[in-house]
Amino acid sequence: MVATSDAVWSEQGTTPDAIEAALRRLLIERHAENERFVPARVLNMIAFVDRAWSGEIANRLRGVGRYHASRLLVFSYEPQRERLDARVMIASEGQGDDGELALLRETVVVEVGDRHLDDLLTIADPLVVTDLPTLLWSPHGHHEIVQQLLAMSQAVLLDSVEEPVVREALDRAGALSAQVYVVDLAWLRSTPWRERVAAAFDPPALRLELSQITGVSVRHHPASTVAALLLVGWLASRLGWQTWSLGVDGAAQVGRARSGDFDIGVRLEMARELQVPGLQSVELRTASGLDLSLTRGTGGLRARARDGGGHIREWTIPGASRGEAGVLGEGIRQALLRDPTYVPALERARAMLPSATTRS
Amino acid sequence: MALAATESENPLTAGLERLPVAPTTLVIFGATGDLARRKLLPALYNLAHEGALPERFHLVGVSRSDKVHEDFRGECEQAIRRFSRRTPDESVLASFLETVKYVGGTFDDPAVYSELAKVLDGFEREAGEPLNRAFYLSTAPQFFPVIVDQLGAGKLNRADPSTHPQVRVIIEKPFGTTLAQARELNQRVLSTFDESQVFRIDHYLGKETVQNMMAFRFANGMFEPLWNRNYIDSVQITAAEEIGIGSRADYYDAAGALRDLIQNHMLQLLCHVAMEPPASFTAEDVRNEKVKVLHAIPQLSAADIPQMAVRAQYGPGHAGGEDVPGYLHEEGVPEDSITETYAALRLEVDNWRWAGVPFYLRTGKRLARKVTEIAVTLKPVPHLAFSQHGSLGVQPNQLVLTLQPNEGVSLRLGAKIPGTRMIIRPVNMEFLYGTAFLSQSPEAYERLITDAMRGDATLFTRNDEVEAQWRICDPIVGTWSQTPGPLAQYEAGSQGPQEADGLLREGDRWRAI
Repeated sequence: MVATSDAVWSEQGTTPDAIEAALRRLLIERHAENERFVPARVLNMIAFVDRAWSGEIANRLRGVGRYHASRLLVFSYEPQRERLDARVMIASEGQGDDGELALLRETVVVEVGDRHLDDLLTIADPLVVTDLPTLLWSPHGHHEIVQQLLAMSQAVLLDSVEEPVVREALDRAGALSAQVYVVDLAWLRSTPWRERVAAAFDPPALRLELSQITGVSVRHHPASTVAALLLVGWLASRLGWQTWSLGVDGAAQVGRARSGDFDIGVRLEMARELQVPGLQSVELRTASGLDLSLTRGTGGLRARARDGGGHIREWTIPGASRGEAGVLGEGIRQALLRDPTYVPALERARAMLPSATTRS
Repeated sequence: MALAATESENPLTAGLERLPVAPTTLVIFGATGDLARRKLLPALYNLAHEGALPERFHLVGVSRSDKVHEDFRGECEQAIRRFSRRTPDESVLASFLETVKYVGGTFDDPAVYSELAKVLDGFEREAGEPLNRAFYLSTAPQFFPVIVDQLGAGKLNRADPSTHPQVRVIIEKPFGTTLAQARELNQRVLSTFDESQVFRIDHYLGKETVQNMMAFRFANGMFEPLWNRNYIDSVQITAAEEIGIGSRADYYDAAGALRDLIQNHMLQLLCHVAMEPPASFTAEDVRNEKVKVLHAIPQLSAADIPQMAVRAQYGPGHAGGEDVPGYLHEEGVPEDSITETYAALRLEVDNWRWAGVPFYLRTGKRLARKVTEIAVTLKPVPHLAFSQHGSLGVQPNQLVLTLQPNEGVSLRLGAKIPGTRMIIRPVNMEFLYGTAFLSQSPEAYERLITDAMRGDATLFTRNDEVEAQWRICDPIVGTWSQTPGPLAQYEAGSQGPQEADGLLREGDRWRAI
């Protein structure tokens, strides 16, 4: 986002009422300055972050571009802080040239300490736009804060690959999903893979092969076991597989599933060469001898298909990497949508967890 | 709930925003032309960037000039770099360009189609499976029948019935320049392809703004009870442009404002305003309802036309703070041209819902500003209890759907002016789509190309729809072509010709542009 009209207000030892009044005043001033400045009214986002890491989070949020929430409320947490300080920033995307609107996006940063946490809801509530959905994000844990702010949130953003223990990550996503709509960045990282697997089996002649899958292998970033489990969980939930716990085999997790008459070998393997969170490759094998693999490559996914006769074909499916900023931006956008396939995939992923606790 | 995989269902597509597109080879005839360079190639690149092209995709350019594949790839690359809405990702661009091939030759030469068949067969051998084929006719309109005939003669119009892949033809506008031509072209096209294979482009239909009109009407219960002759007084549809004809004199002087915008885009907007709710949003149900509206518009007789249609040309004036020439002094325009740069119509929709409600349509170049909007004026309240003295007066409610530049909905209401007296003035309640969504709208061509490759014809014009549009415009085109000039003039940068006021019913007036 290119901010070309900034308005800033700050106050130490402030109150939610004063912050809200400042927001209203700045918006009126911006609109009076140029009637093409109009506030975006899409989504509230509340981010609860540790103050020591707030710069990193600010950088991540700057990278989401047009997916910036229309009002972003950041609670910057520092345990010993006694005083409530706040900054309000209003930025536009342009000057409204050529008759186009220049949308105003609002960011409110509130510095809070331990003494404010019990009543955080009463600080947050006046600072979000009434009737807009609210997305809650707490990238540094603080589960008790998430629980408190759920009362005013319609969606929670989380990244299951950031939890150090896979079981805890999936259990937490499961528990939250029972209360609120969950947008899981680990799930969104698998979206292009899910789209491509769906497309690969979309030609009518190949759809029947979906009920004859005999093997699935996923290679993933060492910290992205959750993403791999969610992908297999998605296949299992969509295709009605019976699943069992996976076992550990060195750096891989292996196991089996069953669909009708077919046993399905499942293998999740760490791809240590992968530099970014997410998946490196997905391979599916069917009873007819079809072996289809998709591998992260330059300029898109590299596809390789071997048919029952042993003929091998390779091609590239173009597509740009969204990068982590793109994934976060997509996460914000997804707060306004509803994907009915995540929770069933999550449940199957939880069912496949090895009995021993695994670090992600 | 999980679904069992059957030949007719793909259980993996549930929850996906982007549905799979079958493996396709897209052939663009006129691949080196302006439309391909400015719109089609950038749209295809953007689909590639987003991972939205089919899993297997190939592009073949066909054009008259003789060149090798590499040269054409270089031209594609240049066009994408220059006209894409986003900066290309180098690796994606390279991957995309790998899919591109070129076939050169004149469109009436059977050898071109033999060569094309070899290229298409080669892709399919490489893929190990038959691929869908989509032929995009982005040429001058006189070549449409030639290409269609040759595709038929070369047996490129049908897929092998033993395999699933589909063959489709996408035809750019204009689809004929008269009713007779449109009918003849339809006959030629439909003698080679089935209607289900034909996708006639009206790129307005690919705009999010036009699709939003259906959401506005049919996803909101509050408007439908008012949406009829009992409550609506008139409808005004405006497509005004601030710019002149630029370097398009060749095209524009042959077409004129009526053919350029009213015959297709503006009649489509009228259909979206006036159509009955379709039973479903399938292509056939939606198009059936639109065709019913077009059939309900009476054909104008030559005697009616002076009272129902106005044409004019822009004269010299001012635009954007600059002096600008009149139409007849634009480069490439014949000095005795009688082509209209402004057209306005008053149409009636003679059915139960709309009888007696005038639909005013106007479009023009070099008007005061760029705006496309639909203004629906409601009937006044039956009794005014308020004094009109000292106020701007109580005015009828007006609902304005703005399509560009700032897509939104505005409702004019009467409100009391603060103070001790009960004085009313109009105020606007405004909603702007741009403030309410995070996503950027895709270009119309991205949506339309994807839909055509998927075989979804909802946003394309059907044969009877095109002919019904021409049935309305043909008498006007005919009468105007036989009426000598000079045409009425309006000053560039103005609201248009005063003659347009003559179309209005007593008490009606044009909205300020």
